[in-house]
Amino acid sequence: MSERVNDKKKPAPQKTPDNATATPVANAKAEAALPALGIKGMLRWAWTQLTSMRTALFLLLLLAVAAVPGSLFPQRPANPSIVTQYIKDHPEYGKILDSLQLYDVYSSAWFSAIYILLFISLIGCVVPRAIAHYKAMRSQPPRTPARLSRLPEYGTLVIPADAGIPASRAITDAAAKLKKRGYRVDVRGDDGARPSLGAERGFLKEVGNLVFHTSLIGVLVSVAAGGLFGYSGQRILVEGDTFVNTLVGYDQFTPGTNFQSSQLQPYSIQLDKFQITFDRESKGKFGQPIDFKADVTTRETPDAAPEKQVLKVNDPVSLGGTSIYLTGNGYAPVVTIRDGAGNVAMQGPVVAKLQGDNYYSSVVIKVPDARPDQLGFAGFFLPTAFVTEEGVSFSGDPELINPQLTLNSYFGDLGLDAGSPQNVFELDVKKLTPLNARNLDAGGITLAPGSTYTLPNGKGSISFDGVKRYIGVDIHHNPGQLYALIFALLAVAGLVTSLYVNRRRVWVRTGTHPDGRTMVEYGLLARGEDHRLAAEAETIRGLLTDEWGLDSQKAPSGTVDNGPADTVHAGSAPNEASTEPRNEDFIQSTAGSAESKKDQ
Amino acid sequence: MFPINETMGQYSELFMLLAAGTYTVAFIAFAWDLAKSSKALRAIDLKAAAAASATATAKVPVGAGVGAGGSVERADADADVDRAASDVSGPAGRAERPSSATGRASKGAGSGAGQTADGDMRYAAERRVPARVAVALTVLGAVIHAAGVVTRALGAGRVPWGNMYEFLTTGAFVAVAVFLLVLIRRDLRFLGTFVIGLAIIMLVAASVAYWTPVGHLVPALQSYWLIIHVSIAVMSSALFTLTFAMSALQLVQAHRQKAIAAGGQDKLGFMRLVPSALSLENLSYRINAIAFVGWTFTLMFGAIWAEKAWGRFWGWDTKEVWTFVIWVVYAGYLHARATRGWTGTRAAWLSIVGYLCVIFNFTIVNQFFNGLHSYSGL
Ligand code: HEM
Repeated sequence: MSERVNDKKKPAPQKTPDNATATPVANAKAEAALPALGIKGMLRWAWTQLTSMRTALFLLLLLAVAAVPGSLFPQRPANPSIVTQYIKDHPEYGKILDSLQLYDVYSSAWFSAIYILLFISLIGCVVPRAIAHYKAMRSQPPRTPARLSRLPEYGTLVIPADAGIPASRAITDAAAKLKKRGYRVDVRGDDGARPSLGAERGFLKEVGNLVFHTSLIGVLVSVAAGGLFGYSGQRILVEGDTFVNTLVGYDQFTPGTNFQSSQLQPYSIQLDKFQITFDRESKGKFGQPIDFKADVTTRETPDAAPEKQVLKVNDPVSLGGTSIYLTGNGYAPVVTIRDGAGNVAMQGPVVAKLQGDNYYSSVVIKVPDARPDQLGFAGFFLPTAFVTEEGVSFSGDPELINPQLTLNSYFGDLGLDAGSPQNVFELDVKKLTPLNARNLDAGGITLAPGSTYTLPNGKGSISFDGVKRYIGVDIHHNPGQLYALIFALLAVAGLVTSLYVNRRRVWVRTGTHPDGRTMVEYGLLARGEDHRLAAEAETIRGLLTDEWGLDSQKAPSGTVDNGPADTVHAGSAPNEASTEPRNEDFIQSTAGSAESKKDQ
Repeated sequence: MFPINETMGQYSELFMLLAAGTYTVAFIAFAWDLAKSSKALRAIDLKAAAAASATATAKVPVGAGVGAGGSVERADADADVDRAASDVSGPAGRAERPSSATGRASKGAGSGAGQTADGDMRYAAERRVPARVAVALTVLGAVIHAAGVVTRALGAGRVPWGNMYEFLTTGAFVAVAVFLLVLIRRDLRFLGTFVIGLAIIMLVAASVAYWTPVGHLVPALQSYWLIIHVSIAVMSSALFTLTFAMSALQLVQAHRQKAIAAGGQDKLGFMRLVPSALSLENLSYRINAIAFVGWTFTLMFGAIWAEKAWGRFWGWDTKEVWTFVIWVVYAGYLHARATRGWTGTRAAWLSIVGYLCVIFNFTIVNQFFNGLHSYSGL
């Protein structure tokens, strides 16, 4: 590749002396232009370097190395809070790593630089190769080499004189056979004494290679497009809840760079029921969930007919151009809270956040509508409550065998009215006054389903009505992924073609021996890695012997063979050929015709 | 979901131990073969050297009863020539290189006494009793091992690759099975100690460090993609194991050939049994090419599964990162084979680095790195 680029730029430097002799002005201009040429030359040099195979290899290895730190350090896109914590935990170098973009490896300047350079190199590599290959596919197989015996695979055949197959007929026969075998064949000089043919096959190898490399570009572009036009979000659904695909419907939303809210199709999905199967068989994993199943009702559009579907792990529901994934679940105790005035201030399920084994979960309840004081609760939900002798409670089983809600309560200003967003799973108790806690006279609140607890000081009451389940769903829209898949499949097809199609050339030359026998010699050459070339030589030999009805003249290809012994025994010339096979022209040494000398 | 059968699980563990024991005996037989053959070859060498002292070594009629000494050197000479040619002329030159030259060089030597693994790695006529014993024992071990894998599958009521214990036991079986399958066509018995040794290590590690009773899969792993993605990954890894061993031997052999070519002493006599560095390189390239295609599928199917399970096909999760790194390293290896100055020893190093990444991805990443894939059942 580099040579070709070098050839093209030769004319450029010659211009300078021409201009220099014309006029002083031009001379000056030329001087001024010199650095420009230098830059041009340098750019050309840089381009040659960049598109060289060695650079591609270097960049590939560099890419592998550069990808590694992303697995060693926490990454922001995966989990920003862990990164923040990591920086806090490592004050000595946490910040330095950040300035090196080691928490954003895959969007960092240096990682991007490597893969962009790699892909530029790839384009610079593929385009000239594609052009060269297009030309090669349209041109004839290369001319017949003077000495076929120098080729890696070489063999000879002798057609007896009484078979009546002259040299020209032999070459057309061979051409037909090779054509049938998928070779592109060009017959030369079939009216002369030394007709020959050149044949080539396996152009698909290079095509496969080009398809493979081009498809990699396709994959990259598809991934980028997905990042531009896609979006993703999360939502928690308690049994009975309905999610509508609008911006306000999401608990969390991450738009792509080019996202428009008009992209959202307002479909809806309702969680009817969520079931979990727990492992009751194996001792080691007793009580581990082994199946999650969510029954949902979906509507493509607000007025479409409802449709029952099942959402499972590894089995998302597709709706309105998005896919909906089951990614989390837990319990949601249903509570009713009355305020000091006796009114229902809150009623419904509260999402309990998983904390430990067997669905040991934390619960936070904020009741901003309670009067005269806002109420807050924080504590735990245990599906199967157990208390150790030391008084530590834990959950003994994931199923609802002995559900229990243990809470502390507070009153005061929850700080929600200021309008600043709060984490629903955390209760800031700094400005609140405790009502119930284990260390207070009133003690903590412990509730079983169906029971009610009256808060001290007439602040109201809380009832534990029952338990529902909830699921967490991820919603993704990625318009690039289908194309990424298509290009990836193309790449694999190209790869396999490139690795397993063999590009081969075959030449055959025939001639007539003075005693009337027709001498045939053939040679094979592979382009690129080809461990089956010898087998191909054998196959072609077999085809030709069948064609001419010769006894299967078994001979390992690559060694000269003058046919079966009975055809050879007569003359002494064949013996010569067998002693010094590689340096002699087979036909010449046996046929010795004048024309054949002219050929060379 | 099929019920769990703990008795089956116990049978499986017993089979695994029996297989490991059988492999250990096979390992000893392979090692014995190496030692014995190298001694025999050395004796033949000495005789040949005495007989041929008058003639130029290159002209010793290969395979005419003179034997391995001559033919090995002949193959080496070929290798050097080939290497020189490809160094000088780069990809284009390589393309024109007589690809079957080495095969032909050794074809004649096929019947030579003492010749063990020729350039083509076809079987020679000569019998190596310890090697035959070793292969027979390996087959026996593999049969017991297969029983262990099957009973594990029956015990758990699913495919036996859902946690580290199962990856290791099934992976070791696939490595041995692939090795035996290759043995049908090619004489790679010189790799025996390597492959069987590794299988023993895997079985022992599985039983000691990663033992897990039979159990159901977590929902995240319940997918037909587990069957597709992991089985292809395990098979590619088995192939990478073979090429790793061959590349390591290639480095040693290249070193030895150079030392001998420089007129030095042959200090690594047991390497006589091993084919020339170039033959090793060529065969490991072909196996690596297959394994690379397999790894490409592993990567792709992993991405498709990730899309199904987590809603994104690529997220630079640690496991994904390392799978990608392995893929890129082996892509680099394939490039190296077509790059001037990078064939031979450097390519072998890339193949070794790639395999070390495979090991790292399996052990360290599975155990110590947090990620979405951290459910390997530890
Ligand atoms: C994203 C980066 C790249 C990857 C992953 C990659 C991967 C591969 C793979 C796997 C092969 C072997 C299979 C085949 O022959 O088709 C290959 C071959 C090849 N690649 Fe790349 N490649 C990349 C970039 C490049 C670049 C930048 C160049 C040009 C400088 C290049 C030039 C070649 C050539 C010439 C071959 C054929 C080698 C032969 O004749 O065996 N590749 N590449």
